[in-house]
Parts: sequence; structure tokens; C-alpha cells
Amino acid sequence: METTAPIRITAKPSSTHWDLIRTILAQSRTEFRRCFHCQSCGGGCPVSHAMTYRPNGIIRLIQLGLVREALQSSDIWLCIGCNTCSMVCPQAIDIAALMDVMRHMAIEEGVSPAEPGILAFHREVVNSIHRYGRTHKLEIMLRYKIRMLDMFSDFDVGLKMLAKRKLDLRPSKISDRKVMKRIFEACRVPPNGYGR
Amino acid sequence: MAMGADAIELSYFPGCSLATSARENNRSLLKVCKKLGYRIVELEDWNCCGSSSAHSIQSDLAFHFACRNLALAPAGRPLLVACPSCMLRLQQAQLHLKEDPQACETYERMWGRPVDPNLDILHFFELLEGAFRAAGPELKTALKGLRFVPYYGCMLIRPPALRHAKDYHGLMEKILSACGAQPLVWSHPSRCCGTFLSVAKPAVVTPMVNQIIQGAIDVEADCIVTACAMCYLNLEIRCSLKHQLPIFHFSELLSIALGMGIKKSWLTRHLVDPVPLLKAKGFMH
Repeated sequence: METTAPIRITAKPSSTHWDLIRTILAQSRTEFRRCFHCQSCGGGCPVSHAMTYRPNGIIRLIQLGLVREALQSSDIWLCIGCNTCSMVCPQAIDIAALMDVMRHMAIEEGVSPAEPGILAFHREVVNSIHRYGRTHKLEIMLRYKIRMLDMFSDFDVGLKMLAKRKLDLRPSKISDRKVMKRIFEACRVPPNGYGR
Repeated sequence: MAMGADAIELSYFPGCSLATSARENNRSLLKVCKKLGYRIVELEDWNCCGSSSAHSIQSDLAFHFACRNLALAPAGRPLLVACPSCMLRLQQAQLHLKEDPQACETYERMWGRPVDPNLDILHFFELLEGAFRAAGPELKTALKGLRFVPYYGCMLIRPPALRHAKDYHGLMEKILSACGAQPLVWSHPSRCCGTFLSVAKPAVVTPMVNQIIQGAIDVEADCIVTACAMCYLNLEIRCSLKHQLPIFHFSELLSIALGMGIKKSWLTRHLVDPVPLLKAKGFMH
């Protein structure tokens, strides 16, 4: 099982906390140092019940220079990117954009993800787009299940979806097959995709 | 309602969900657009917008996926999007192009054409504004007696960068109540459904979905009406409550309201059978 290979190195493994904070500021383009921890973000977050630190906790870790702890947390992977936190923040911090940057940084820094399943799922989706130009849900599910060595959970849900024709057996494809290769090359993704 | 030869042409980006798992959403939506006087031309060879996964692991990928679709859109024709998530991805890429000259250069190098700054990206909801204003007597009672809760999900929420983009909240209530249905005030109109976590973390998503559906049950709704095909799927597959509510795509109810009924081939794709409700309300015989 291969889920933690670095994709693109932009920050050196020896980066200091300050380097990392500067990188987070530059890439997220949001001034998270304004956060005064009112916790509105956590109150609105639909997945905060499953998080360890909750969104403002991740910001606090970064403010305290504990970037590695933030990168190693489940929270950055559990974040769905629903933008609710960004909408409610009284300091106008785009927390969802910050979470994106934290995920990218965790991958780049080679941090072992606290939620390997979620990263594996994202990779299967991106690999599906690489292959077909569109997502093929059935294949994504099957490949994800194989990768996670979990073939039996949700078996009933899968069968129900198949019976209701919610899962197509064949993928919907784009006809320009070269274009995805071009995009992936431009993004410097390895030619065999994300960890197959 | 305009109809006939002077139809307005729109390019259309269906997105992966509407093209496959939510085909009933796509078909009802196309029917409604036609009835409202629009000629819909599917964007030729469109690709996935990148969904939640591309931007989660690499922003360049998300940008290029969205940009290729923008580059495929013929000039002078608005681009219609039905999926709120695709809408957000395409809008974000367009905003990035407007703000960053370097992004424009990359775009031009990749796609061999200049950025079209005037490309109008429209959500399906935008076609409906005004269309139902002059509702005739038939339309006014078309959905009479249906108590519903509108469920927008989270993707129609706008992140700070898109704060000036159009806000569509309130539209489902406005239009369906013009057709005689009764909108209910409830607790979860824009709560996130859990989206992709449904696959990797079903134990996290089930309580989220149950809360949403319980919220609708608490106000004694007959059904939930969704704006998003992804939300629709999660509400159907992840609810573990004993009592489940039928879920409708907004476009399906519009099809009933406009007198075109609801097709059997759409109904058979519902996991929670809506037929008893439709029959009880007299929308189906």
C-alpha cells in the first residue's frame, strides 16, 4: 500500500517553523494570524464532532509554531472544504483555503497522513480523471476498497446503488485522450498517477 | 415564458454526477430548460471539474481541470452549470484568471486561446428567476398541499473570494410556493451533507445526514428538495433513521409544476420510494 509518497517538493524537509508559516501565508493568501479564537468556525463546522483540534485549533497550532502537529492531525483531512467556516469567520479568514494548503503541505513534506483512507480516496478520484477525463464512481469505489483492503463494508449500499442504476458499469470518457496527460505533466504528477 | 424559434442558446456543463449517478436530475433539468425557452448545447468533450479531490491534493490540477472547460466554451454564449460543486470550481478558476496575469499566461499557453473575460457562468437557478413570476392559475395550484423543506447544501455558500457572486438562497422557496407548495422553516437548509467523506468515513457522515433528515421530520415535512446531486445521493444512502423521507431533485418538482409530470424512469432511480407521496398528493395517478 503506497499512500504517502511525496508529490512535489517545494519546502525542504529541514524547513524551520517560520519557513513553514511563511509558506502557509503565501500559499493560502489568507491572514490567519488575525484569528482571536472565537470558535465560530468550529461551531459551524459539520465535521467538528470528529475532529481533535477543530478549525481554530489548527490555526492555534500554527500560531504557536507547532506546524508539524497540525500536519499530523486528522482534522486537516476530515475538513470537507464546505466553506462554512470561511463564511462565518468574523475576521474574514478563509479557513477552508488554509486547510487546502495544510493538506498540500502534508503531502509535500511526506507527513504520514492521519487519515490515509481519505487521501487514498482523493488519489483514486484524481487517477480516474487521469484515465478518463471524468470520474467513474464504481471503479473509484472498487479501487479504493482494494487499496484499503476493505471489501465488505458498504456492500449493501453498493448493491442498492447498482440496483437503482446509480453506478454505471462503464466510464463516461472524454474523446481527447491526450489532454489529461498534458495537464498532469504540467502539474508535474508522476506519469503513473498518484501511487498506483 | 418564452418558447419556440427565438430560443436562447446556452452552453451546458453537466458534470460527472448529473451525467451518471443523477441522470434523473439531468433529464428533468433539460426538460424544464426547454419548456422555459432555452436551447441547451452540451459543452463538447467537457471534463471533470476536479471535484473536492483535486483541490484537496494539488491546486494546479484543480485549476487546469476547470480551465479546460472554460476554454471549450464558445464565445458569446453563457455557460450553464447545474451542479453547485462544479459551479464553485469553475467560478474559482475564472476568478483566479481575472486576478492573476500569470494564470492567464498559463491558460493561453495550455489552451492556445485567450481568456474570455466576459464568459458568463450561470447556475441553473438563474434561469428560473422571473420565469415563474407570471404564474398562471394552473401553475399556482400545481404542487398544492406539498409541505417541503429546501435543502441547498454547502456548495451554494460562497467562500470570501466569491462574496460578490450571486446568492441563490430563498429561490426554491419562492418558486415552489408560487406553484402552491408550502415551504417550511427548518434547521439545516445549508448544512453540508458530508460529500466525499461518505466513502472513506461513513461513520462520520451518517450522524450528519440523520441530523439533516431529522430536522425535516421535526417540522413535519413531506419531503426534502435538493439543489445538489451529491447531497441528494448522501441523503439517500447514508440515512439510518427508521423513518426516511422522500428526496426530490428541485428540477423534478419543477417538471411536475410545469405540467410535464415526473417520469417513471426517474422515479425508479430513487432509493426512498416517492411514489406513495406523489399519489397521496394527487401529482400522479
